[in-house]
Parts: sequence; C-alpha cells; structure tokens
Amino acid sequence: MKKEVYINSIGSVSVQKTFDSTQFLEDIVTYNDTTLKVVDPNYKEYIPPAAARRMAKGIKMSAVSSKNAMKEAGLQNVDAIIVGTGLGCLGDSEKFVSDIIKNDEQYLTPTRFIQSSHNTVAGSIALDMGCKGYNFTYVNTSISFESSLWDAKLQLQANEATHILVGGVDEMVDHHVDTHRFIGHVKDKPVAMEEVLSSHTKGAVIGEGSHFFVLSNKKGKSTYSKLTALNIYNTLKKENIAEVITGFLKDNHLLLKDIDGVILGNNGDIEYDHFYTDLCSSIFENTPQLVFKHLSGEFDTATGFGFWLANKIFKTGIVPEIVKLNDKNITEPKRLLLYNQYRGRNHSLVLLEKC
Amino acid sequence: MSNLKLELKEKIIEQLNLEDVSVDEIADNDPLFGDGLGLDSIDALELIVMLDKDYGIKLADPKEGRKIFESIDTMAAYISANKA
Repeated sequence: MKKEVYINSIGSVSVQKTFDSTQFLEDIVTYNDTTLKVVDPNYKEYIPPAAARRMAKGIKMSAVSSKNAMKEAGLQNVDAIIVGTGLGCLGDSEKFVSDIIKNDEQYLTPTRFIQSSHNTVAGSIALDMGCKGYNFTYVNTSISFESSLWDAKLQLQANEATHILVGGVDEMVDHHVDTHRFIGHVKDKPVAMEEVLSSHTKGAVIGEGSHFFVLSNKKGKSTYSKLTALNIYNTLKKENIAEVITGFLKDNHLLLKDIDGVILGNNGDIEYDHFYTDLCSSIFENTPQLVFKHLSGEFDTATGFGFWLANKIFKTGIVPEIVKLNDKNITEPKRLLLYNQYRGRNHSLVLLEKC
Repeated sequence: MSNLKLELKEKIIEQLNLEDVSVDEIADNDPLFGDGLGLDSIDALELIVMLDKDYGIKLADPKEGRKIFESIDTMAAYISANKA
C-alpha cells in the first residue's frame, strides 16, 4: 500500500521577507524594476564566515532555507536530498568563463570552478549535514522543482525513504539576464509590483529564490499539508489544457468544485499569460484564483514560492489580499491546486490537501 | 616595501573574498595559514596564480609556497627579490 506524503516543514529565501517564518506576507517588498534580488537574511547566523566566502549566492540562500526547514521539522539528518534548479550556480560559471577570456586563457583559479556546477547546492547541504544518502539534482528548466517533488513523492510512497529534503533554487546572474533581455524574455522597462500582472507587455520580471521543504511519509508536529498528486507535461496544446486539468482531478477522484483555490503562475507576459486567463474565465471561473509571481519574480524554480504560499495558507488559514486574483474567497482551504507553465511549455499540476 | 605589503593585503582580501577582514587586521608577520588568517590549500593555489599574474613570478616548485606564503613579510620579500 502506498504511503501518504506530508510536507512537514518549509524554508524560504525570496524577494519577499519569507526567511522569517513568523511572517506571512505581512510586510510586502515592493519594486519598480525588471529584475528582483532576494531579501538577504543575515547569512552569518547560518554559515561560518570561512565557509561563506567561497559560496555562490544560490548556496548561501539554500543553506538558510534548508536549515530553517530542517529545524522546523526537528531533524538533524534526512534519508535523501533532492534539489531542482534551472541554472545551478551559474554566477560562478559566468565568472569562471569571464576570467578565462579576461586572462587570455592563462590564469585559471580553482575557486570559481569548484562551485560552478548545478549540483553544488545539494552537495553542499549534504556535506554540512553529514548526509550520505541519495543526493540528486534535477535540471529541468521550469519544472526542475516539480521533478524533485516527484522523485521524493515516489520514494516516500514506496517507503524507500522516510524523510527527504526537497528544494528548488535559482540565483539571478547578470549575463543570463542580459541574454534573456536581448531575446525579449525580460521586460524592457521597469514595472511596479502592483502593475506587473496587468502590464500587457512582453517578457517577465526576473527574480530569484530558494525554497526547501521536508517531505515525509510520517506526519510530524509541524505538518503543513499532504502532497496528493502532481504531474508534469513538457508539451501541451493550449486547447487541451482544461481537459488535462479536469482529467488530472478525475484521476484523483475529484471534480473542479472540490478545489478550494487554484494558484496560478501568471507572470505578466502578454504572450503567454493567456494560458492562465483562458482557464480563469472557463474551468476556474467559480474557483478562488491566486497568483504569486508578482511577489517572487519569474525564475525556473519560482513554483517553489507557489508551493510555499500554498503551505502557508494551509497552516495559517489566511489568504493574503495581495495574492488574490479574483473576488472569490477561500473560506476553509482543504485542497489547493497549483498550475504553472513557462512560455507555453513545461506545464505542471500539483495538488495539495489539508491534513 | 611597505607599499607592496599594503598592496598584498588588499589583493588577498579581494581575491580570497575575505569580506570580514580589513587591511588593518592583518599584521605583516601574521601567519597566513593555520591559526593566523586561516587560509587553506585552495587559497594557496589562488596565491600562486596571483604571483604569476600580477608579479610575473612562476613558482617552479609549489612546495616553495610553504615558506613564501608564511606571512605578508615573507611574500613581500620574495616578490621584491624575484619580480620580473
């Protein structure tokens, strides 16, 4: 018999002050920009200075969010660490390559190279924790985080592990942003937070962040929710999405009316937000609709923020006004569905239930 | 020589990312490795590259580094004697 999968703790470093787990979007960080950096916690409280000096931003953020998740779960170690990242520690990779060019391929120093790979985050957390278990990094663009969730879910259901630390992390780096701005994936003019989702312009506001969660097949004292189902679709025809979503719910013996809220990945890109708006005016017309990317910015593992948001809603029973897209209210959240896609590809559905 | 020592301290702080250390906190005779500044083997590689890149000094035998990188004093003395 398959075991249940519980989200027993959360940890977040994002563009908002989410590293403080006592807060829930009470003090919103606003902006008028095209790129957003995380609100830095005091890293010295989490990482010895000698270790921090070589750490890329993604590793620092993840050290904080993973330690907060572990602390809340009351665990010293886990059976596995699974991380999703679209770009890994791209900042160090960029610096390493820039150094090669700048120094005419003559003087290559080791520091940048050491931590420039995608799996540095998962490896660093394991080293710090002394975790010798399964250690895996999924680099699957905008479904990297969901791929990690999926792996964890399968292992926990099959009882191959009891506690798994699962995360999604991406750091923002200059060259990557410049490249994506050049090809029109980043908004070309600054946009205010409250206007980004209705900006009717091309591209997104780019962000960064790190979100970690302890998933277990045993309920804990701090359990937030139950991961009931998820699915990933690399390609979907737009006209089939509504049918796929209702089919996904049907597979879980649910109807649309059983969903108390849908969390959508709108990012204000006029070229692709119609994937969401069409659903909002059809199958989700009577469902409370929530959004989060105006708070987090867009990045490959931004759905980690959405997952964090859903779990916070379950825990607190509060739906902050800032995330509401329509005027339907969630009275008592029992089931939340997350739907995300990026530029019309890599769709994901994640179903969470209160437990 | 004192200018060179100051320059070395600034370069070490910048290149080794010693965010919490200021030039004033590094004495000329402080050990750079171990109990002193706490540098490690990766930093040693960075310093070897720095000698080559910034001062044109190639260390033929990396084991020489142990004496050269003992302190700012020893580094400055070696650079002054061997600078290209």
